[in-house]
Amino acid sequence: MTLNISTLNISDPNIPDLHIPVPIRKSPQLPSNFSAEEICMETKDFNLFYGEKQALNNVNMSIAKKKVTAFIGPSGCGKSTLLRSFNRMNDLVDSCHTRGQILFDNTNIFHRGVDVTDLRRRVGMVFQKPNPFPKTIYENVAYGLRIQGIRKKRIIDERVEWALRGAALWDEVKDRLHDNALGMSGGQQQRLVIARTIAVEPEVLLLDEPCSALDPISTLKVEELINDLKERYTIVIVTHNMQQAARVSDYTAFMYLGDMVEYSDTDTIFTNPGKKQTEDYITGRYG
Amino acid sequence: MKQSTKAWFRQGDPWIWLNAGAVTISVIMVTGLLLLIAVRGLGHFWPHAIIDGTYNPKQGEAYHLVGEMADEEWISASRLRESGVEVADDIDVLQRVLIKTGNRDISGLDFRWLIADEIENITYPEDLFTIERREWGNYYGVVKAIKENGIELNIKGELYTVLQQRLDHALELHDKIADIEGKDIGAINYGLERVRLRERALELKSGITALDQARFQEQRSEFYARYDTYKESLDVLYNEIAKDSVIVVSMDGTETEIKFSNIVNAYRPNAMNVIQKVGFYIAQFYGFLSDDPREANTEGGIFPAIFGTVLMVILMSIIVTPFGVVAAVYLREYAKQGWLTKTIRIAVNNLAGVPSIVYGVFGLGFFVYFLGGSIDELFYPESAPSPVFGTPGLLWSSITLALLTVPVVIVATEEGLSRIPKAVREGSLALGATKIETLWHVVLPMSTPAMMTGLILAIARAAGEVAPLMLVGVVKLAPTLPLDGNAPFLHLDRKFMHLGFHIYDVGFQSPNVEASRPLVYATAFLLVAVIASLNITAVVIRNRLRERYRLLET
Repeated sequence: MTLNISTLNISDPNIPDLHIPVPIRKSPQLPSNFSAEEICMETKDFNLFYGEKQALNNVNMSIAKKKVTAFIGPSGCGKSTLLRSFNRMNDLVDSCHTRGQILFDNTNIFHRGVDVTDLRRRVGMVFQKPNPFPKTIYENVAYGLRIQGIRKKRIIDERVEWALRGAALWDEVKDRLHDNALGMSGGQQQRLVIARTIAVEPEVLLLDEPCSALDPISTLKVEELINDLKERYTIVIVTHNMQQAARVSDYTAFMYLGDMVEYSDTDTIFTNPGKKQTEDYITGRYG
Repeated sequence: MKQSTKAWFRQGDPWIWLNAGAVTISVIMVTGLLLLIAVRGLGHFWPHAIIDGTYNPKQGEAYHLVGEMADEEWISASRLRESGVEVADDIDVLQRVLIKTGNRDISGLDFRWLIADEIENITYPEDLFTIERREWGNYYGVVKAIKENGIELNIKGELYTVLQQRLDHALELHDKIADIEGKDIGAINYGLERVRLRERALELKSGITALDQARFQEQRSEFYARYDTYKESLDVLYNEIAKDSVIVVSMDGTETEIKFSNIVNAYRPNAMNVIQKVGFYIAQFYGFLSDDPREANTEGGIFPAIFGTVLMVILMSIIVTPFGVVAAVYLREYAKQGWLTKTIRIAVNNLAGVPSIVYGVFGLGFFVYFLGGSIDELFYPESAPSPVFGTPGLLWSSITLALLTVPVVIVATEEGLSRIPKAVREGSLALGATKIETLWHVVLPMSTPAMMTGLILAIARAAGEVAPLMLVGVVKLAPTLPLDGNAPFLHLDRKFMHLGFHIYDVGFQSPNVEASRPLVYATAFLLVAVIASLNITAVVIRNRLRERYRLLET
């Protein structure tokens, strides 16, 4: 069943659940059986501390290439912390230190010689609240390119259009590229941020609750976009919304109090979880 | 239902009334002050009527009185009696008027306080002239004749038209003379001085050869040749302007000859209608804004002071903004937050409270004598013993005021930086930007409104500051503007005039108190206007920026 967005009436109580056509999966590989080529990022005995307090305990997991991996769990379980570790955004927190490894391209990203800015360009991130810069729509998307030192207007023009098309935003904004981005709606802003992120052609997209500040229609659009984007990118998404995790992800990890409780393909987690804790959470008994 | 007082108090109404009352009083005081200086100052340029009458005091002889009414007041009779004036016993208060009789060269004083009742037969004859002179102040009287080369012209019917023509011609000539003397001969003098300095520099460095001497001599003679041509045309102009004069008769019947070269303006206020008066008023006010001062600053305009004030404030802004912003960025973004940064912040805040004269003393000691003296020793040995930068001047004034205002810029910028949402910074960092790129492209542009706020406060403080400037660069009368046509155009070493100091000088150092009082008000009004317009410009720019970098809604 497909839904025409323009005719969707949110206030109608008889409306069926928002439904995204989920691609039929060919019995997915279990995370434990990923081959080396399939793995994009891998954590090894990864621990993270905020001062004295330990936020992540011995996390071991692999993120599959060009798949969507979702992190679920109650507030404060460390899923955002883990996500932000993948591109070292936690470096910005003074008291934060880590133990263990995260491998990306066979390199430990915490290794001394790693260029953090290059890592962040290759592992892009979209935040909970849309955070466009107070510049024009065009300049927002061009920002990352200019940072990389690309100066040729023709190249930037092309890349901006390509990124905006990739974020399914081009048709809405092509006539007002030079308007301030802050004049857009929240959903458009979030897709602009995604466009801004994919403009620098990262390999991994980290999405930190990208829809929590959006209305249902915008959420739908962003979810559709995630579905399109996984053709090209490895996507890791943190979400509070379990339906969303079920809808968009191929693999799901359930975290609790800094522990990786269960990590498996999404169908297994939601239909036949291996751990009691996971089941309790998914069925709404706590969290 | 009647409300008890206690309940009324508890509701908070009294506090609202108290606040509203305080605001009202403040607003009334500010508008009252502005109105007072505006009325007192701006009224000065209106062409006042000239009265003609007989002053018949109880003691002494009666005399013919001509002059304009400058002020009036009520005075108690006992005070007059004490000073020896005879006043009837049944009178308690008397009206006293201040008459500006001008003609200082004839009578010695140009203002006199007279008892209003003792002036008799007051009329306003249309043929009375006010003649503004370049020397000796105003002249009041009747024009009798016009002389050319000492011979009286026979122009009975058209006296006033010819007078106006000759005056316009003389003013034109005067402008030409001023132009040649100021610009062209000024440039020659400047050039000659440069030659002298080059010669001296060479002498100090490697000794001077005959060849060099010849070269310098040649340059000099070039300047002298140019001077000679100017001198010739100047002589012609001086002869031309000295040709005409006007014969005037004053109130006591003395005939005086006034050269047209000495006249700034001649008009008959009693013969003017309202439209003419308004036109005259505008011309006078414009003259006040655009002319140089005359007669120890008690006459003429205040252009150099306005120019100096604005230029100094602009230079100060150019110096203070980068320093303040860099300091704030370091304190907020890079320095490790701890007791040291806390101490620095407290010190910065306290620095804003140090009396400004202390900055003046520091500026004189450190900038002028130490820095300026060192610069002179290193770079300008040829001009010794006269200092170049080792003496108060525009540069040191701007730097001293920048030092005085840098705390407000730091505080405001820090405040602005701390208000930039973390999400925006992270957004930039997550795209692979470094911290400095994030600062430069995102954070700093977004905090420009806060920087402008700091700058507005800095300008408001700096433009009104006088005390430190008296030590580090402001003078009563500067012969040249700090900006002119001689390379390098902006002369940072020159002394300059300033509206604030001008008020002090005109009001308290002037030999002619009565004449200068309205000018004090007018200058004060202009100072307020200059500060207000500088501030409004900054506010407009800030609001534009705010609109552009509107902070993300939280």
